Amino acid sequence: MLGTYITFPELLIWFPLVAGIFSFLIKKDDSVKTWALFASIITLCISLGSFFYTNDINASNVSYEWLTSLGSSFAVGLDGMGRLLTFLTAIAFPIIFVATYNNKYKNAKAFYGLMLLSQAGLMGVFCAMDALLFYFFWELALIPVYFLCSRWGGEKRIQATFKFFVYTFAGSLLMLIGIIYVYQHTSVRIEESGFHSFRISDFLAVQLNMQQQSWLFWLFFVAFAIKMPIFPFHTWQPDTYEQAPTSTTMVLSGIMVKMGLFAVLRWLLPLFPLAVARWDNIVIGLSVFGMIYASLIAIKQDNLKRLVAYSSIAHIGLMCAAIFTRSDTGLQGVMIQMFSHGINIIGLWIVIELLEKQTGVRKISELGGVAHKAPALTILLLVIALANIALPLTNAFVGEFMMFSSLFKYNVWFATAAGVSIILAAVYTLNMVQKVFYGNTNAVTENVKDINLSQTVILSVIVVIIFVTGLFPQPIFDLTKDTVTSLLLRFG
Amino acid sequence: MDIKAYIGLSILLFSIGIIGVLIRRNAIIIFMCIELMLNSVNLLLVAFSKMHALGIAHGSPSLASDAQVFVFFIMVVAAAEVSVGLAIIVMMYRNVHSVDINFLNRLKN
Amino acid sequence: MSNVLESVWVIPIFPLVGFIVTGLMRNYLPKHLAAFIACSSIFLSFLASAYVFYIVKDVTSNPAAIHYFDFINTGALHIGFDFKIDHLTSVFLLIITGVGFLIHLYSTAYMSEEQENDYAKYFSYLNLFVFFMLLLVMGGNYLIMFIGWEGVGLCSYLLIGYWFTNNNYNNAAKKAFIMNRIGDLGFLLALFWLIAKVGSVDFATVNAGIAKLSTFDVTGITILFFVGATGKSAQIPLYTWLPDAMAGPTPVSALIHAATMVTAGIYMIVRSNVLFSLAPITMEIIAVIGLLTALLAATIAIYQNDIKKVLAYSTVSQLGYMFLALGVGAFSSGVFHVMTHAFFKALLFLAAGSVIHAMSGEQDITKMGGLRKKIPVTYITFLLGVLAIAGFPFTSGFISKDEILLNVYNHNKLYFYLAVIGAVMTAFYMFRLLFLTFFGGFRGTHEQEHHLHESPKAMTIPLIILAVLSVIGGLVQLPHVFGGHPYFSEFLNPVVKTVEHTDPKLAMKEYVLLIGTIIGLAVVYFFTKKNYAVNKYEGEYHGFKKVLANKWYVDEMYDAIVVKPLLAVGTFFKNVVEKSGIDGFVNGIGKAVNYSSRQVRLLQSGQVGAYVLLMVIGILILFIVQLFL
Repeated sequence: MLGTYITFPELLIWFPLVAGIFSFLIKKDDSVKTWALFASIITLCISLGSFFYTNDINASNVSYEWLTSLGSSFAVGLDGMGRLLTFLTAIAFPIIFVATYNNKYKNAKAFYGLMLLSQAGLMGVFCAMDALLFYFFWELALIPVYFLCSRWGGEKRIQATFKFFVYTFAGSLLMLIGIIYVYQHTSVRIEESGFHSFRISDFLAVQLNMQQQSWLFWLFFVAFAIKMPIFPFHTWQPDTYEQAPTSTTMVLSGIMVKMGLFAVLRWLLPLFPLAVARWDNIVIGLSVFGMIYASLIAIKQDNLKRLVAYSSIAHIGLMCAAIFTRSDTGLQGVMIQMFSHGINIIGLWIVIELLEKQTGVRKISELGGVAHKAPALTILLLVIALANIALPLTNAFVGEFMMFSSLFKYNVWFATAAGVSIILAAVYTLNMVQKVFYGNTNAVTENVKDINLSQTVILSVIVVIIFVTGLFPQPIFDLTKDTVTSLLLRFG
Repeated sequence: MDIKAYIGLSILLFSIGIIGVLIRRNAIIIFMCIELMLNSVNLLLVAFSKMHALGIAHGSPSLASDAQVFVFFIMVVAAAEVSVGLAIIVMMYRNVHSVDINFLNRLKN
Repeated sequence: MSNVLESVWVIPIFPLVGFIVTGLMRNYLPKHLAAFIACSSIFLSFLASAYVFYIVKDVTSNPAAIHYFDFINTGALHIGFDFKIDHLTSVFLLIITGVGFLIHLYSTAYMSEEQENDYAKYFSYLNLFVFFMLLLVMGGNYLIMFIGWEGVGLCSYLLIGYWFTNNNYNNAAKKAFIMNRIGDLGFLLALFWLIAKVGSVDFATVNAGIAKLSTFDVTGITILFFVGATGKSAQIPLYTWLPDAMAGPTPVSALIHAATMVTAGIYMIVRSNVLFSLAPITMEIIAVIGLLTALLAATIAIYQNDIKKVLAYSTVSQLGYMFLALGVGAFSSGVFHVMTHAFFKALLFLAAGSVIHAMSGEQDITKMGGLRKKIPVTYITFLLGVLAIAGFPFTSGFISKDEILLNVYNHNKLYFYLAVIGAVMTAFYMFRLLFLTFFGGFRGTHEQEHHLHESPKAMTIPLIILAVLSVIGGLVQLPHVFGGHPYFSEFLNPVVKTVEHTDPKLAMKEYVLLIGTIIGLAVVYFFTKKNYAVNKYEGEYHGFKKVLANKWYVDEMYDAIVVKPLLAVGTFFKNVVEKSGIDGFVNGIGKAVNYSSRQVRLLQSGQVGAYVLLMVIGILILFIVQLFL
């Protein structure tokens, strides 16, 4: 039946969408919370289910008529990369909902409704096989986030949201221009619509010369670079991460930045191979510089949230650089790292959220000695922090090892410079661990309590994922092998 | 009659209208001046239509009648405009007891 | 036979299970149970290692790697989770589990004053360390080795900062980790280089594919590997973390920072000896760095007043000797010195721990003195350790160090004389330590004197075992001249080709060294006894001695050259580039739009007349354009 009437990609998009709209109708705050958690778990089950079915069901481009007169259709499909990232999206939301289950939000139905809508948008982005649909979901994922930040954020939320909005929207528009330009050059589908087509297969068939590709490359790249973000398009990120409500920050940093990377892999790389080969060293240079730049700033940060934000910029920089090396090793490394980074950073945010909830402080210098009061939290955090600095046997090591290896093959000096950030990462992460968790307790941390059962369970889940993917990464490589192979075919 | 006379009259009426709009401050008079401009255009349209009917457009009568249809349109639009505009002016007067446009610079904010 | 070797995975599994059990149950386990689990897991590993040794002993060829599962298997990169058990590994397995077990046993008493959950935590970390160390030496490719390599660094970090309320300790832990990371970057780059050129990190594949590497490649790769080794094995320029690492509990210093982890660099180079043999430039660099480190650390050790710091610098110095041996191509001599050093340095550290225990936590040797009658077992074992490290004839230290010196002599005479000076300094600072601690009058407080006691059995038994090993452990490699046979280097032969000494003057040189050693030791003994077996000792130094006591100010130099500029750049990026630069630009666009709209807004006067006038002017302009242009 599955595959005949409805397929996994459709389920993954429609279920959160409907669930999100439904949440707006629920009156009681507690029941909407439970509903959101329940819905996200169902989504997780759907996503797990998608692993057990053959590629054919998922990858077949399911098309509804959508905007026929424009040549756009509701074409969705799941390849290995899509399945990995939809799984990340699906597993992240229950984790986020459980971790923040004790939080009280004003107007909870709108909050959870928007969260679920954003999940639907993310799923759509990872499944879309049609450029216009992709753009549509891209915005669908972002717009709820604007509302979440501006209504439930911190003190300077309006300013931060505005910056975030202007940055990302400017990027989106550039991308839209690019999409329309490519659309104009697709072959006209006389027998179907009499119009050009937005379908990915038609996009890939477009022949563009070097100059056109270069322009389009930069239009798309800026859009995706803002989302990732890559230096120097990153300054929205620390502000937004700091001001957004933590559960939104988790979505933003855990999954949404992957949208940028995913988009590069799905659209930018295969569409403009000539331009990619022409401009790759500039992009890699920017990424590598951004890694060191962000790491150095992270060392000087006193604000926990901003520290994690800059650390994330450094990690994303490596992934972006590895994508542009265009080697099998590098791309496979990016695949596993997209997943790992999502898990790890959500774990970090959970810990920071727990600390901030209890102490009301997010300044590193004001905390200290938490390890006395909360040993379980400390151990779990330590594992996550070590995964953040890519210690072997944690999930991040495999990805970083492969990405560095690929970068080294591409250019020794880029790899060496980027390697410095491994050292710097150890500096800022251990600094943070030391100042927040070790040492003696002070007035702020005097009354910190250890985490309760549900928080322990959720952090343990993260830790287990960290170790399992760190020790047995092979299934993920097998999953994304086809995507990588077909990507590399575009480069001959 | 020579078409030039109609054109001249139209120009005259239109100029009076423009100057009136520019220099008067009473909203009702400005309003009347606008009507004057519209009517000068109407006059010109009718004059040309007549001219075309007699002269070059002999073979295609629509060229002549089109202009006259336009005149009706303009009159209808003008009537609608008057009803709305006068209503606004009346409301204005009720509120501020004046129809002086310089007194009404609140559009600024 | 191969079937037996395939189940070697049990060796690291024991400590791992020990770690998991003691770690997860730390709040529920009573102390003796936690200690029992931890010790027995290591002991089981030791038994298994002994069995492996017994099997490997009869293997003459180089056994193949054992493949367990695919770790990374993608289009271009194939790395398995492989173990490789050969002669070199089995030697290290014995050292790690054997010395490791003794130190675990010692710890049960040494740490007994800790709270229950801390006690269990301590043992879980220690077990984890042994697990990673075993992984390091058992790994069948460089990646598995690197996993262990980083893992032991992590455990070192955790154990140095074990008393985490003290921020100095935490700083020491962090420093150790970061210094190691710098080295690890070198290691990683070497791996990437290998992957780029050979396409594999397997020991066997690399050795087979060595023809694909140019001389430049081999030199580069080996130098990068050596950079990794300088981090882990505390060589110039990355040695400064090791003395600071003494912040950890003393058994930790004995296990991690003397006997096992710091020798990982030597293991790695010996493991890659095929590569290194092809890179004469690297070998020369290793020899020089090793020699310089040996000398530098020895000079610093002379004027240290902290009992553990002296031993720490001594360790750095001895590691320098091992690298010197590797650098001159005497791989098996290096490994042999690793083994003897593991015995006597672990012994010295544990004995020092026993002293500290007796002195109620005091580590300053200027406040000790005359302890030999109070704690006789510790004294005797410590004395044996000192004799071994100083190279008293026919102790283990004498045999291993003389072998290194002879190899160095054959390589380069200048190195040899410098190395001899270093050896004399070693004897000097060790005797100074001995006399200040155990001779002369007691210089501590009355309370300390009152508390002085010999340590419990669990501590003295490991001391005695190690003392015996320190004395006789070298006999397996006793030179022919003295009636021995080089069993040890013969054993390692399948892995490391030993250089055959056919030097006719060899016997004479051995005798010269023997006599020289005896004379040197006698001189040092009398000199130090006169100066340091005293009732009062200042402990304040002036002039050049102060420079030495302050470790040549290397830490301060690093701080000024590396740390401060980096932080300054960080501040610059954060405050200037980020805030004024990028954000300034982005906000500047916003501000510009804001400003210009405020200016344009003035046109909207709200005067209807003005609007109409503008409209008319606009129409006129349109007309003019239409008509005349």
